[in-house]
Amino acid sequence: MADIALAPRRAKTEIREATAWDQLRHNKNWLGFWFMLPAMAFLIFFLAYPLGLGVWLSFTDTRIGRVGHFIGTENYEWLWDDSIFWLSVFNTLLYTSIASAVKFAVGLYLALLLNERMPFKALLRAAVLIPFIVPTVLSALAFWWIFDSQFSIISWSLKQLGLITQNINFLGDTTWARICVIFANIWRGVPFVAITLLAGLQTVQPSLYEAATLDGASRWQMFRFITYPLLTPIIAVVMTFSVLFTFTDFQLIWAMTRGGPVNATHLMATLSYQRAIIAGQLGEGAAISSAMIPFLLAAIMVSWFGLQRRKWQQGENND
Amino acid sequence: MSSVQIRDVRKSFGNFEVLHGVSIPIEDGEFVVLVGPSGCGKSTLLRMLAGLENITSGTISIGDRVVNNVQPKERDIAMVFQNYALYPHMTVADNMGFSLKLRGAKPEEISTGVKRAAEILALTPLLERYPRQLSGGQRQRVAMGRAIVRDPQVFLFDEPLSNLDAKLRVAMRTEIKELHQRLKTTTVYVTHDQIEAMTMADKIVVMHDGIVEQMGSPLELYDKPENQFVAGFIGSPAMNFLKGKVNGAAYFEGPNGVKLPLKSAPANSDGQPAVYGVRPEHFTIADDGAEAEIVVVEPTGSETQVFAKLGGEQVVAVFRERHQFNPGDKVRLKPDPALVHLFDDSTGKRLNS
Repeated sequence: MADIALAPRRAKTEIREATAWDQLRHNKNWLGFWFMLPAMAFLIFFLAYPLGLGVWLSFTDTRIGRVGHFIGTENYEWLWDDSIFWLSVFNTLLYTSIASAVKFAVGLYLALLLNERMPFKALLRAAVLIPFIVPTVLSALAFWWIFDSQFSIISWSLKQLGLITQNINFLGDTTWARICVIFANIWRGVPFVAITLLAGLQTVQPSLYEAATLDGASRWQMFRFITYPLLTPIIAVVMTFSVLFTFTDFQLIWAMTRGGPVNATHLMATLSYQRAIIAGQLGEGAAISSAMIPFLLAAIMVSWFGLQRRKWQQGENND
Repeated sequence: MSSVQIRDVRKSFGNFEVLHGVSIPIEDGEFVVLVGPSGCGKSTLLRMLAGLENITSGTISIGDRVVNNVQPKERDIAMVFQNYALYPHMTVADNMGFSLKLRGAKPEEISTGVKRAAEILALTPLLERYPRQLSGGQRQRVAMGRAIVRDPQVFLFDEPLSNLDAKLRVAMRTEIKELHQRLKTTTVYVTHDQIEAMTMADKIVVMHDGIVEQMGSPLELYDKPENQFVAGFIGSPAMNFLKGKVNGAAYFEGPNGVKLPLKSAPANSDGQPAVYGVRPEHFTIADDGAEAEIVVVEPTGSETQVFAKLGGEQVVAVFRERHQFNPGDKVRLKPDPALVHLFDDSTGKRLNS
């Protein structure tokens, strides 16, 4: 120790008052603002701006290739009296409610099944995901063939079995067409619901089930009183997403039916596309799209309140 | 309340046997603690008693009834889990009343049962709270409340205190013991903490690698461990073991020729290799003791723990009186010959009576 020469003390720099720039440099909010900027810019340019533009267009008579003028709510007044628009609203609500309800039921069933101990569990879990990873348009084309009026494999099989004598006109009949597109949507949407609910199921502590076993709960009571209430926050999130995706569905319909026959499968999204891009009436198409906003907000509100209740159930996290 | 009989119980997971024939008689109202290191099979045995694991062979009976094939809910037992397993979406009252609700009890009946249990455990002001709003100790009490509400024949506890901090653990230990004294329900309690076992049990069962090493009252186990494992497991600081051999009836020859006193040698043991066991508090400072060099001194206030080298081996001694010790000092440590233990070197079995 003693033989280490201590360097002579350096003169300390004088302590000066912090300037405004110094203060800004050390301000965490200022730094946070800069970190937030890229994300904010992205959201503004690619989400807020198009949304705002869409809403603005809906108040104009813009057509493709021609600048429009502000015409107030005229587009909406037109739509109010347009029976095809109202048919598309009805179709969208029917499509969304039936498809979402079935997706929930089947998804929950699959999730519960895949959560059990069984052979080839990993393989089955992977298999469930297949509809999700096939590109939508590809699967829609496959369904198009499956439901084709002449070459449908379903019609062919039923004929071979002697159950029918004539091909079923799947996509030509209004009721059949609706059933077919809803079926295709369910087939595509189930994996998302099933896998997300499965993830939720796996967060439930196994000891809760053991405690419930000792408390005397049957399998059904365990689901009713333990699994289901603990799963509600996940159900709220997954069903909101499912409803939003289904409500705004476009690809599947456009590839399978283009809204036909006689507009029976026209959803608001496909009608908007048809009016805006194909017919060139950008203003009217934008009005149809904007009319979806209240429905989507309502769906989000439902899940928001679902989550709020859950937070209250859990109480403050004070540990 | 009722007695529990565990007879030659075995448990295998696939080809791997974890319990190799365990028999434990448990009397009506007794507080039995299963204690042992991790992996000794104590929790598995408790879960078999609860009905959460199948019994591979042997029988478990509660009262006069063999329960091997009885559903958990029909066994009339209640269990407190290590992580409490409280239902997070139910209030304290709902958690406690859940079993009654499933049994189809009337609402008044449920609320009476819950209130009674809440009073016993001082939970009344917390009945409307959710588990997340409770402290660790409160959650622990709710878990016990849930068990009490059922008024079972047997309480099962699976390491209930290991998630609590040290101070709370001591407090809850007393609370559980007091509860048992009031309710007098047969209790089986699993822990890896030998102090918990010593302080709470009427009967301790020491388990190791799927067998029962010894069972008996806490002091029996402390004073007369049947083998070296139990001797080393029970007691803190642990018993000192010194290898060597019995030298006639006169003394034990320890490591490096250290002479250690024996009250009497077991018959036909002259020259036999053995292990000499002495508890830290059974050392005294005496002129005719063996010379040891002090390594570390740890005063705790009520007593002083002294780590020393005796014949080259590290031993620990505990003194209640306040000696002036410094590291490097030479002291003469003398074990009390009446209280030393002698174990077989190869089997670990106790040699002296």
